[in-house]
This record gives sequence, C-alpha cells and structure tokens, in this order.
Amino acid sequence: MTSDCVGHYVCTAANINFNVDNLVNGFWQLTIDGLSWGAIYALVAVGYTLVFGVLRLINFAHSEIFMLGMFGAYFALEIILGFKPSGNAYNLGIGLTVVYLGVAALVAMLVSGAAAVGLEVVAYRPLRRRNARGLTFLITAIGMSFVLQEFVHFVLPKILKGFGGSNAQQPIILVQPKTQFTLFSANISNVTIVIVVAAIVLALLTDIALGRTKFGRGIRAVAQDPTTATLMGVSRERIIMTTFLIGGLLAGAAALLYTLKVPQGIIYSGGFLLGIKAFSAAVLGGIGNLRGALLGGLILGIMENYGQAFFGTQWRDVVAFVLLVLVLLIRPTGILGESLGKARA
Amino acid sequence: MRSRVARNALAVGSAGLIVFGVAGCSQSDPKQSGAAGSNLKIVEQVQIDENGAEIKAAGGATPADPAGDGKATCPPVSIAMAGALNGPDAALGINIKNGVQLAIDKHNAANPGCQVTLKTFDTEGDPQKATGIAPQIVDDKFTIGLVGPAFSGETKATGTVFDQAGLVAATASATNVTLSENGWKTFFRGLANDGVQGPSVANYLKNTLKYKKVCVVDDSTDYGLGLATAVRTTLGPVADSACNISVKKGDKDFSAAVTQIKGAAPDAIFYSGYYAEAATFAQQLKDGGVTATFASADGTKDPEFVKQGGEATKGAILSCPCGPASKQFAEEYTKKFGQEPGTYSTEGYDLGTILVKGIDSGAVTRPALLDFVTKYEGQGVARKYQWNNKGELTTNLIWIYKVQ
Repeated sequence: MTSDCVGHYVCTAANINFNVDNLVNGFWQLTIDGLSWGAIYALVAVGYTLVFGVLRLINFAHSEIFMLGMFGAYFALEIILGFKPSGNAYNLGIGLTVVYLGVAALVAMLVSGAAAVGLEVVAYRPLRRRNARGLTFLITAIGMSFVLQEFVHFVLPKILKGFGGSNAQQPIILVQPKTQFTLFSANISNVTIVIVVAAIVLALLTDIALGRTKFGRGIRAVAQDPTTATLMGVSRERIIMTTFLIGGLLAGAAALLYTLKVPQGIIYSGGFLLGIKAFSAAVLGGIGNLRGALLGGLILGIMENYGQAFFGTQWRDVVAFVLLVLVLLIRPTGILGESLGKARA
Repeated sequence: MRSRVARNALAVGSAGLIVFGVAGCSQSDPKQSGAAGSNLKIVEQVQIDENGAEIKAAGGATPADPAGDGKATCPPVSIAMAGALNGPDAALGINIKNGVQLAIDKHNAANPGCQVTLKTFDTEGDPQKATGIAPQIVDDKFTIGLVGPAFSGETKATGTVFDQAGLVAATASATNVTLSENGWKTFFRGLANDGVQGPSVANYLKNTLKYKKVCVVDDSTDYGLGLATAVRTTLGPVADSACNISVKKGDKDFSAAVTQIKGAAPDAIFYSGYYAEAATFAQQLKDGGVTATFASADGTKDPEFVKQGGEATKGAILSCPCGPASKQFAEEYTKKFGQEPGTYSTEGYDLGTILVKGIDSGAVTRPALLDFVTKYEGQGVARKYQWNNKGELTTNLIWIYKVQ
C-alpha cells in the first residue's frame, strides 16, 4: 500500500499496518484489556441471546436498555448519593467505594431491568397478541431503539435538568484506575479487576439460574418448544417477561462496569456500537445459547484488541466483524451452536 | 400468575430501597473528600505565526466599535446569519449568532436613524439543508450581507449562489483550505484556515517548546486527518512514526493506542480530532501513566473537553485560529446572553461589526457593501481584518490556548 500513494495526504497517515512487534510486546496487556471489554460484551450479549432463544426476536433496542442503565448509574451517583461530577476521581477507599458502586449497580440494574420489561410490555406484547410476523418485531425493535435514543437526547433534559442532551454527562469517577499488580508484564488495574470479577459472578449466577431454577427450566422449555411448554403448564408470557428482566438486569450491570472503564461514555448514542458488538458476540458464540454469548463476548473483546494492535486502532471494528463473518462461514450456528433449549446447563 | 411477578418485582424493588436507605445513612458526605470540582479553564497564551514564533499583539489599536458615531441613517436593511442553530453542532452556530447579534444590537441602540435587522437561518450545519436555504437568503431584497455559513461543507455547497447574487458572505468559522480557491468574489474568511493551523502548531511544538518526539494521533475524519497530515509533515522526524496512530471518531477505548504511546515515550501527543474523544483519550493516557503533554487543535477547544476530561486535561495545549474575547467584550456578551463567549463568538462579533460599519458608511446595497468589505482594513476584537483578493486574511495568526 505504500508504493503507489506517496505524497497523497491520506497515505501519510497510519493507514493499515501489520505491526507484529506491537502485538507481541503488548500481548498480555492487550489480553487483559480485551478480557475486560469482552466481559462487558458478554453481559450485554446475554440479553440478546436469551430473548432470541425464547422469542426468535433480535431485540435491537437492547443497546438502548444498556444506555439507560448508564444513565441509571449516573443518576444513582449524582442524585441519590450526591457526588458532584467533576471529571476527577474521588478515591474513597475500598470499603466505601464498593458500597457506592453496589448502590449504583443496583439502580442501573433496576432501571435497565424495568426498561427492558417495559419495552416488552409496550412494544412487543401487543404485536404478539395480534400475531404479527417476525419482520414486524424486528422493525419495531429498531424503531424502539431510535425512540429511546431520541428520548434521552431531546426529552430527558427537559424532565431532569442536566441529564441527556447532545453532550455526554460530565463524568463522576469514583476510582482512579491504578495498577494493582503485574501479571506476565501486564498491568492489572483495580477497574479491570472489578469488571472481570463482577462479570464472572454475574455470568455464573445467570448460568445457575438458567440451569437449576424453576424459571430457568421454564425459559429453556419455552425456547425449546413453546407449545409443549405451555401444555405442561409453563406460562409463556411470564417466562418472556422474566427473560427480558434478566437481560435488562445484566445490561444494567454491564452499563455500570462500562462507565467505570469509560466515564465519558454516558451519552444518548453511547449504547449503539457496543450493542452491535454484543449482538455480534452473541451470534459468534451461537445466538440463543447462554454460554455461547458469554464465550462469544470474551473472544470478541480479546480478538478485537489483538486486531487493533496488529492492524491499527482504527481497524478495531473491522476486525470484530470480519472475525464474525469468518466464524460464521465455518460454523454457521456459531461456536457453541444455536439452541438455548438444548444447551447443556 | 401475573400477581406473582408483581410481588417478585416489589420484593426486589423494596430490597433495593432498603439498600439505598442504608447507604444513604452510612454515607459520610463524599462531596467533601477527594475531588473537589477543579476550576480548570481554557486560557489563551500566545499568538503565533506559521513558524510557531510568538507574535505580540499590536498594542494600542482599539477594536472597531459597531456603535459608530450614532448619527448614521439608512433605509431598512438586514444582515443574515446562517449556521447550525439546532442539533448536535449547534453550540458553534449559536456562539457566532450571539456575536453578530451583540454587534447589531449595539449599533441599533446607538443609531436610532439606522436600524439593522438580523435574520437567522438554521442550516443545522448540513450542506444539503444549506443549499435549500441559500436561495431564501439571496431572494430577500433587504438582506445585503451575510455572516456565514458556519461550516466548511455548507460553505462549499452554497458559495456559488452567494457569489452570483453578489452578496457578501463572511464566514466566522469555515476553515477548509480550498474554500478560497473557487474564485468567489463574495467569500471572506474571518480567521486563518486549516492550512495555516497545522504548520503553526507543529512549529510551535517543535521550535518554541522544543519537543523532540511527538506522537501524532488523528481521528480519521476529513478534518482530523487533514490537520494531522499538515502537523506530521511539518514536524518531520520529530513526529515519531512508531506512534503514528489513527483512531476513529466515536471511539471510547484507546487502550491499544495508550500502550503504543507509552512504549514510544514521547514528549507530547498531538491529537487531531474533536473534544469528545480528546477528553476520553486524555483521561486514558493519564490513567495509563503517560505524562507527556497533551496537545490538540480547534476541534478540542471547547469547554466540554475540560468538563469531561477533568484533571487529565490540565496543562493541555490547544491551538485555534479563533481569537480570545477581550475583557470588555466578554462582559458585554455575558451580560446579554447569560453565558461566556465561546469559540468564534469574537469572529461573529467582528464580522457583524464590519458589516454594520459598512452600512453606516452609506453602503446600503449589495455591490456597495461588497466593495466596502473588499477594501476594509481595521482592528477587531480578535485581530486585524484585511482581506486579499481570494478572501483570505492578509495576516494569518493562530492562537495557543492552555488548560489551566
């Protein structure tokens, strides 16, 4: 690419490179950073995958559920806990910080969970009642995604002063990311630890809930065969609502973790790309499959981080989607296969 | 069965409330500890030329006063202002509009015999919308001058229309280099263009601040890449090719770039892009332990940059063709609009002033006003204004700002 474009201004920029050194030198750091991104993708991906498993619906508005979760977390920190946004870190010590984060996580999860259930009740259930076709659901999902975005963009600032609007929220940073220890030459920061640990705990809980509890059995039953499940006394409507709730709760938790990593990311459009990535992660791992979504998220996060070191930062999204295409070419149903019902839990 | 869900939801909800309550009680007023809101601001430092050398402002010159002598008489005429007044890019358009408004209001208050109307047109910064609006401006017989369009894209799309109508179109913010190369007789640029800014700031980093190694990071937009290219070219070997990085507008994660920059250990990082990413990037650089100076350009010179980036933006160097507000101007502006003048407010004010001065001098038709502006030479709040035959200023200086 270098020979024929000397002198042209586009070419003087770092366009595409194959920087092996960069990848090798930063390997462990990239892995760790990728892992924390992957953990966030994975949590959001669960929402896509569960809803798809149960309803065969790609809930494109899920990215906005995530975005609302960020605003929920911000609301908790600013209004309920009284932190003043300043863009500077508070550093309150581990104990207090964990309490505050817990509260913020809870509010974020409640907001996202309520929004997800609300979305189901307002947008999807009426369509189901009228036996709408699959395409109608898809368009509704995309439409609701815009509705929620523009709500936060234009309406929210009028309801809650200082929230929403064109600019990102002024960040509230509870913890200054600090290196806690070094593993294989990778610096592991407190934020990374929180994200990865929280994500693992939540993923395990979800996995157990789906595999061991009555609700979980219900969800799997409906995913496998809605008619038979109904005949066996499983309430389909209630299962659907629970599914949206679980997806929403996890998206809310992911939203808080995301704001720890990117405090400046709380903006109406902030969920969009992340949502698409999480959806890709779900497809990558096998959509409809819980463990597939978790695995897909981690793989996507790590691989795109390697990709951006190797090809250049601006190629990160391309790497993510090319990876998706390649995997689907070889395994059209994703890495772990498609079915939520059949997945061993 | 629905009630059971409701009960469950209630249980979760009330559990949540209890936790709030507990947390609320145990909370020891976190506002006091740690990060008290800092008072970082973007403050002007020096004015530089293309070699990065400091140019002292010519002392003593009083900026032109739109009020004039108070005896002007004129038929009813109007000045138009076109730019983004709604939508995500509205802040800049409103800054300019308020500047023009202030100039015209001061003029009208002082000159009862000459009342100039300001007509605003919202293009949303979109070239397509601007194309629809340009004929409206031209068709209004009372409009004899225009401040705008604000952005380069819309200026490019509409320049011919204004040129054919012979309507002065003085832009306060469109900095794309090629705009003055279209042969438009009516195009005037109230500030230096992008072709000046890149070399100026690069030379400032290299010659004045004596940085030996600079990482240039662009955001892959037309603006960012164009500016970064100028900076890279001027910096030459000082721009370390090991950390020539392109990111993307909209990116939130710069960890790979941070790792790469940390490895290169530069004296400074020049980010060529807009404030939203710049704030996040500055933050992540700081978190990653990079202490090099953060430098950027007019896309970043916005209060949001400091607001979002907090302490991480401290000491950041920002270049901008836009001039700072004088104390008096800032006071008048703040009093009138309830906010401090922003980027391009001074340019809007100066251009508005030049147009009303023309009207006061008896140039009340489009050709006469065009003639007046073409020959104009005078001091404004931001700088001295005099244009060459392409509509570029005869002296193009860049301001350096610092977050402190």
